Amino acid sequence: MDCNQVFVSKVKKVIFVFTLLVAFLSLKNDTFAQVDSAIASPDSILAESAHAVSGEPAATAHGEEKFEPTKVIMEHIADSHVWHLWGHTSIPLPVILYTSGGLEVFSSANFHHGEHDYQGKYNKYRLVTGLKQSMTKDMFNKNIKVVGADGQIDEAASDTVIDFSITKNVAAMFIAIALIVIVFSAVAAGYRKRVGKAPKGLQSFLEPVIIFVRDDIAKPNIGHKYAKFMPYLLTIFFFILFNNLLGLVPIFPGSANVTGNIALTFVMATATMLVVNLNGNKYYWKHILTPDVPWWLYPIMIPVELIGIISKPFALMVRLFANITAGHIIVLSLISLIFIFKTLAIAPVSVAFVLFMDVLELLVAFLQAFIFTLLSALFIGMAVEEHH
Amino acid sequence: MVGSIAAIGAGLAVIGAGIGIGHVGGKAMEGIARQPEAASKIQTAMIIAAALIEGAALFGVVVALLGLQV
Repeated sequence: MDCNQVFVSKVKKVIFVFTLLVAFLSLKNDTFAQVDSAIASPDSILAESAHAVSGEPAATAHGEEKFEPTKVIMEHIADSHVWHLWGHTSIPLPVILYTSGGLEVFSSANFHHGEHDYQGKYNKYRLVTGLKQSMTKDMFNKNIKVVGADGQIDEAASDTVIDFSITKNVAAMFIAIALIVIVFSAVAAGYRKRVGKAPKGLQSFLEPVIIFVRDDIAKPNIGHKYAKFMPYLLTIFFFILFNNLLGLVPIFPGSANVTGNIALTFVMATATMLVVNLNGNKYYWKHILTPDVPWWLYPIMIPVELIGIISKPFALMVRLFANITAGHIIVLSLISLIFIFKTLAIAPVSVAFVLFMDVLELLVAFLQAFIFTLLSALFIGMAVEEHH
Repeated sequence: MVGSIAAIGAGLAVIGAGIGIGHVGGKAMEGIARQPEAASKIQTAMIIAAALIEGAALFGVVVALLGLQV
């Protein structure tokens, strides 16, 4: 029967892909077993990678380097000027600084992971890598400081330098943007070629999602003016979704914690705030500045409403950032268990937990994109609501 | 010392999330048991409520992590 043949061919494809996956995984297990056979090797590799990141001279002798999970996890979560691929392989990313003298562009390989200072055109620069990597540190503190003639860090000069570097998160964002443009150009081209006919391929995969955003997020919350805001809602939905999913992939071009960067979620929340408040009509501002309450409650209500204009996007920002970063920290901690206990025997338990957490993270990736878009649509709906 | 206080704070925040989401899940189960035809609608509403409650709990975790930096 024709249906049976189609089914059998699809099952064969699945079995083929599965065999490839098992072969790949068993190959990886072999290399891992070789590494673990020398007792001190995992420690020295970690020592070297810690050395590579922190720029401190690490004890390259075997065995005595203690694995510090906090440091390793924080370095995976935080942004950096170098995209570390595996082992000693990294991609050095360009450093672009706007100093008071002019524009400086150079490769971050010149820093040699923080060991050397770099003499640029206008100033001498040093990469400062602190052990206390924090999530908010990237937003306010600078990693590249100007070094004066005496070899000490010149804080006053460093404050005037604006850092426009292509860091790991920026590069990952470019990759996600390229992916989104490719995918959606293909979908749009499909609609142009197959006018009036049934969708095929990538088109048919994405059409239900786009219809879902239109019918379940935009229309119920915004009402009949939804078409004006569809581009914005679709953009933030797919941007967050693609970046969340790429963050779950463990190797290049994934593996960068983009949506877990509070600066990115800050910009997206600001965008929502601008869209909501610039489209607010008379009734929206009337509800904020002259709410429907007795006059003696105005001193309480008006400040609360004005704070509400800021606190709603603030909640959007923190929700997305915390969910994604927490998920990444959990997965990294479970993998670190293998290195803490220094035995391969814990690997099946650890990998099983990590698989479970990754499935949960997949759900969280979709859910957070959905919630961000839903709440944005809700706020837009509140802003453009007609008087009833 | 600061690290353990931050961890205790984060743990307390998560207790709140656990109670909240457990409550929402329980009511959703009851609703589905009463009217199985509405199961998918109830499930969607439950997932949305759970994500928002989790957002509130993660506020607590973020503040605990900020307290660690100070």
